[in-house]
Amino acid sequence: MEEPEEQEDGYTSSTPTSTLTWISWFCSLPGHEYFCEVTEDFIEDDFNLTGLNSMVPFWKEAMEMVLDVEPDEDAAKIPDVSIVESSAEMLYGLVHQRYILGRAGQQAMVDKYESGIFGSCPRVYCVGCNVVPCGRSDLPGIDTVKLFCPNCNDIYVPPSSRFQGVDGAFFGTTFAHLFFQNYRESAPAPFWKPPASGGSSLSPRSSGARDRSSPFVNPNPYGGQKRAAGYVYVPRIYGFKVSDRAKCGPRMQWLRLRPETPEELDQVDWRGRWIDEDEYEDDEDEQDRQMEDFDPDAGDDDDDEEEEEEDEDEGGPKQQQQHGQRHTNIPPVRTAVHAVRTLPTASRQDGPGATISLPPATGGKVKLVRQWTATRPPVLTGTA
Amino acid sequence: MLRRAVEDISTGSDSDYSRSWISWFLSSKGNEYFCEVDEDFILDRFNLTGLNNEVANYAQALDLITDQLDDEVQDELRGSLDVQARLLYGLIHARWIVTARGLAKMVEKYKRGDFGRCPRVLCQSQSLLPVGLIDIPYEKSVKLYCGRCEDLYSPKSSRHGSIDGAYFGTTFPHLLYLVYPTLIPPKTGPPLDGPSNSTSGEGGKRRRGREEMPDVSGTGGESVGEGISTASVALKAERYRPRIYGFQLHESAKLQRWQEAIRDRQVAKLEELETRGS
Repeated sequence: MEEPEEQEDGYTSSTPTSTLTWISWFCSLPGHEYFCEVTEDFIEDDFNLTGLNSMVPFWKEAMEMVLDVEPDEDAAKIPDVSIVESSAEMLYGLVHQRYILGRAGQQAMVDKYESGIFGSCPRVYCVGCNVVPCGRSDLPGIDTVKLFCPNCNDIYVPPSSRFQGVDGAFFGTTFAHLFFQNYRESAPAPFWKPPASGGSSLSPRSSGARDRSSPFVNPNPYGGQKRAAGYVYVPRIYGFKVSDRAKCGPRMQWLRLRPETPEELDQVDWRGRWIDEDEYEDDEDEQDRQMEDFDPDAGDDDDDEEEEEEDEDEGGPKQQQQHGQRHTNIPPVRTAVHAVRTLPTASRQDGPGATISLPPATGGKVKLVRQWTATRPPVLTGTA
Repeated sequence: MLRRAVEDISTGSDSDYSRSWISWFLSSKGNEYFCEVDEDFILDRFNLTGLNNEVANYAQALDLITDQLDDEVQDELRGSLDVQARLLYGLIHARWIVTARGLAKMVEKYKRGDFGRCPRVLCQSQSLLPVGLIDIPYEKSVKLYCGRCEDLYSPKSSRHGSIDGAYFGTTFPHLLYLVYPTLIPPKTGPPLDGPSNSTSGEGGKRRRGREEMPDVSGTGGESVGEGISTASVALKAERYRPRIYGFQLHESAKLQRWQEAIRDRQVAKLEELETRGS
């Protein structure tokens, strides 16, 4: 729907207003609010365009259009101006992707960011945190532009449909994150302590009011230096929290949760396992194994049973909770069971007989889970 | 606007009862989130217990809602009465949508996507449900709850952003998923709520690529049905990983590892409970 309209716009407004450069005209089109103006010097430097000429058809004509150079007299060989128009758009977009990673581009984008041109996060408990445009791929034609919120580390569909004609590659996968590395004072820190008094989880606005109380410091000088908006929604029925034991109970609070202190982040190692759980292993492990061995309904599923045993060899990590509100007194957990369940069938085909002989070192739950997540289509990882 | 004003007059005054106040209210712009409250629910005084303290001109507002308002009411009162009638209807609505019939009506609206779609990219246009942050009127506007990421979002349109959250209440979406566990969205894959011959161009475009996939609604392993465990569904949830030139960032990766360790711990706890035969 948008496309033909934009094209028509192109004819009408580009030709008569000759004082306006193509670039500023392009950036003023509806739906192009996220673009900043790339300087002509940047486009004229061939080094900055390395590799792009193979991606853009009618390269020469597109360059002439973007830079407002009078076309050669043999321009008649182009059947339709709209083809060059779309080539110019592609060229500009791909140059834009590179430009906004540089110093000048980041500066241009921070001005837009601070004036709120990119909008704010739709998530209620991000309390209107400003977002930046980002792509899910660095190659054009894959997905439209999205908005990245530094507070919840998530991406959202722009609220207006006029951005659905804008390619995400014109902003790229890197820009948003490099931006918050450069402007750390705009990046929320990864930890958050609820204000001691007053603010209930029902009032997201109280977190903003607390900001002035004391200057916020993140001990990691390379991390976000802004106080995060950390409330997580807690579903309630008639005022009572929905238990996670219910089938419809909360399953996703981890996605938005932050530790109260930066030290808590260090309690998880690079594999995603709790570090301090080891000390609980030895004494608890024996108990657990005994319970398993005498489990009366152990024989019903051979596969699961074998996997459980295998896991015990390396010891089930003890539940150890940092958050008082979520404290549980549940005995050690057999971890491999569900991990295997979530694995793709391929790894199951190792053969049922082989399960016991697997080296115990590979059995960690999280490691297996990681394996599973790695098999997702590599949409996010695309790089030019 | 003009037409609305004309209709407003016609409902209250003459013998023109072609449209009731409720159907006028539901069809006016910005009220798309509301469903129709059955008249016998409103007429049962038990259901309205306590509302007379919340609403000024309670009796007349109730008469207006049920189209029994006297013609003699002065014009100056009529304006404020309309505000009170909206408040009263909203508060009744909050009670109605947590009844069996009210839930069923809201499920229809949910399946049609009347409350909009989740703006989170990885939720793949999951249908949303309205929710209040507090059950007291005039405090907080309505928010939208996504059953997939289990988070709250502000409505896109300011028309909806100004609706009082108390007209939907804090309980509604969670009670709906409690009563209809088959509607609990899967954490991955396309949403269950119908094939959604989507209106929004973008949503339609994204779904087009999936048309070859069989419709999973109802049966497939993705659906959270009666007998299926939801203990480990969180492991299937996709999440966005910030990357610079393909490399994850130290601090956000660390936070994400911590969050996933929390997730794994919850999953382990729930599975433990399940295997103990809960």
